[in-house]
Amino acid sequence: MIRENRLTAAEYAQNFSDIHPPFETRDAALVDANRCLFCYDAPCTKSCPTGIDVPKFIKQITTDNLRGSAYTILNANILGGGCSRVCPVEKLCEGACVYNLMEETPIPIARLQRYSTEKAMAGGWGLFRRAAPTGRRVAVVGAGPAGLSVAHVLARSGVEVTIFEKEPRGGGLMTYGVAAYKVTPEFCAEELDFILSVGGIGIEYGCALGVDISLDELRRSYDAVFLGIGVGLVRELSIPGETLEGVVDAIRFIYAIRADGYPAVAVGDKVAVIGMGMTAIDAATQARRLGATEVTIVYRRTEEEMPCTKAELDLAMLDECSVMWLTAPKEVVGEDGRVAGLVCRRMRLSDPDSSGRRAPVDTGEEIRLDVDMVIKATGQMPYGGLVAPEVSPAVEGIAPVFAGGDCVNGGKEVVDAVQAGKEAAAAILNYFAKS
Amino acid sequence: MANLFTDFLGIKSPNPFWLASAPPTDKQINVLRAFEAGWGGVVWKTLGSQIKNVSSRYSAVDYNGSRVMGFNNIELISDRPLALNLREIRECIRLFPDRAMVVSLMADNDRGSWHELIKRVEDTGAHGLELNFGCPHGMTERGMGATVGQDPEIARLVVEWVMEAATVPVITKLTPNVHSVVPTGRAAVEAGSQGLSLINTIQSVTGVDLDSLVPNPNVAGRSTFGGYCGPAVKPIALKMLTTIAQDPVTSRVPISGIGGISTWKDAAEFMLLGSTSVQVCTAVMKHGFRIIEDLCEGLSNWMDSKGFLQTSDFIGRSVPTLTSWEELDMNYHIVARIDPAKCIRCGLCYIACEDASHQSIALTPGNPYNTYTIKEAECVGCNLCKLVCPVDDCISMIEQRHGPEYLNWKEFERRGLPLNDH
Repeated sequence: MIRENRLTAAEYAQNFSDIHPPFETRDAALVDANRCLFCYDAPCTKSCPTGIDVPKFIKQITTDNLRGSAYTILNANILGGGCSRVCPVEKLCEGACVYNLMEETPIPIARLQRYSTEKAMAGGWGLFRRAAPTGRRVAVVGAGPAGLSVAHVLARSGVEVTIFEKEPRGGGLMTYGVAAYKVTPEFCAEELDFILSVGGIGIEYGCALGVDISLDELRRSYDAVFLGIGVGLVRELSIPGETLEGVVDAIRFIYAIRADGYPAVAVGDKVAVIGMGMTAIDAATQARRLGATEVTIVYRRTEEEMPCTKAELDLAMLDECSVMWLTAPKEVVGEDGRVAGLVCRRMRLSDPDSSGRRAPVDTGEEIRLDVDMVIKATGQMPYGGLVAPEVSPAVEGIAPVFAGGDCVNGGKEVVDAVQAGKEAAAAILNYFAKS
Repeated sequence: MANLFTDFLGIKSPNPFWLASAPPTDKQINVLRAFEAGWGGVVWKTLGSQIKNVSSRYSAVDYNGSRVMGFNNIELISDRPLALNLREIRECIRLFPDRAMVVSLMADNDRGSWHELIKRVEDTGAHGLELNFGCPHGMTERGMGATVGQDPEIARLVVEWVMEAATVPVITKLTPNVHSVVPTGRAAVEAGSQGLSLINTIQSVTGVDLDSLVPNPNVAGRSTFGGYCGPAVKPIALKMLTTIAQDPVTSRVPISGIGGISTWKDAAEFMLLGSTSVQVCTAVMKHGFRIIEDLCEGLSNWMDSKGFLQTSDFIGRSVPTLTSWEELDMNYHIVARIDPAKCIRCGLCYIACEDASHQSIALTPGNPYNTYTIKEAECVGCNLCKLVCPVDDCISMIEQRHGPEYLNWKEFERRGLPLNDH
């Protein structure tokens, strides 16, 4: 049965508390910071989409130059605090740490990054200053990571920025699309305040593109427009029963957890999650943490091909979610219009094709899962036609449109969106310099 | 199993590890605990006219997260009544007759005071005396300690006074706060001192507190030069020890080595450069007496692995290998080699060589891992890359001699051989 309010307030608080506790003390941070070898042309930095100078910021922790450390991080990635919580570091900086080549534990880069950025945010350190006003005005659509990143770079350069956001809060998927135990709602609000503290950035909340404002209007009223509107539609399963009550998409499920509060979100007794990306894991673990008794993740390939990291899979395992590998959904079975089961087929992997990819092939063997809720986490689709950074050029009296982040790349990490925002800001400033 | 028994001028101890004259040897309670833990001997904290100490007294230098790489103190000699110290020394000797009991002395600067002090100390049954000519703070302002050790003639005079009264072996402890320890060492030996010990602490300022802007250790907003010791001073101590071990006069007497000894390896190095016994303080100040276990076990295991049956088999063995620079073989040439299987691509060798040495390492870019290789023709064999490499045996230095025969600088110059062209 699907129902809300399964747990006590204390249980919710416990289940959604921060899973990556920070370093409690300077001494604790120093033990790990001092292990850093201070590599030259460091693999960790090269593996960070925003190119944070990791050895430098860690060295700055060891010299008690925390202000410098926070600046090194945030100058490259203004969402460096949030990224320290949500980045899949096992496949980025920490995955590249040279200690891995020694078969030793890598430096906990994310945790150290959190240490420095937390001090900066808690202390309200004014690390950035605005250049003299240029008189230029830019409209940014979407207060997610890409929009905030572009806005911050532009504001520092003396541009006046207005962000139009359809939700009542900023942060985009950081606020609405990530498991709450990774970034708490309080943290999202603090990070947003920190970003806005540079000045020169206004946010119009509850203002949706195409509903409350039009692109055309923005192009006539501003000197440039940036679209950071996130991914488009959730990919459909295209199987029978997809419209039954109890079939929800993961993005909406996670959104509800963040927007409505834990007790208000309904969850089944037995839940199937379809997909094996980061969003699938976030949905599965949070379904458990909301009180579902059984959660089964269904994935049509194997652990070799899964898009989520091993660390994420471990998280799901620790939450006692079970995984059915090589299993593809075929039909959602209903009773009285509600989900009553999920029929799946056993798959096997084909021999590698010319690109080396092994496709799942239906073996014909059928399995039925006894579930009362199905969460779809099979990805989302980017908007066709958006190509970063400049989407449509300026014409007489009409500002050019730039875009970046998930709406262009189809949904990658927060850190990728931040970098896209930096690149778009550079393109916009370059356009201003020439026009 | 190797025999660690040590005989220093007839002062016998079950191992060569003595506690240096310092706070750990200031009281019976400490010394008995040390003997119970297994220490071979102690040099009782310096006795003389009773003094009074200040607070605070110590400061330290940390390095990359490691505490107390260097240690500094502004403590004076024992601040307890002489009679109490003497009574406790006698008791410690009675309870542990097989351990070495040497007593450090710093009498007022007159013959009578020295004679009086020596007589009272010898009455305890102590096995030897160590003359503190090295304390670099406080006592120097009263004309004692390093003030004596810094002037060979004053040192000679005081040793002569001592030798008139002493009936047990006398060891003179040298100060490093001099251009060379040899002149005072010679004066002491020529005046009759039967042994030498070194080094005492090095005058230092360990740092300045960046909040209060007062140097450490802070005594009510002021500080004073202290005596530096601990692992940081070991290389300086080894150099000074070697000069004593090589000098024709001072090398005639046994040496007790002191200066940053923390592990059995440090001890073995001091002994290879001429120390018969070694004295430890800072490592005990940091970790307590329990470190004696690994000091003995490690030294014994190493001796077994090298085939040394007793310490005399290797004491001084490395002394002849330290020569003047111009005796070094110019035909000896080594080049670095990086083992690609062990390399973790940290780039530390590259940037060190590129910015600070001879640009002898090639970088082949990779994402995220670069590949680093040695340009052998450019490599001068300086060791820098090997020293900074975090992986054991990843970089090895391969011998590629310029010529088969030994060729020192004098001969090189005599033959008019070519100098570098770049």
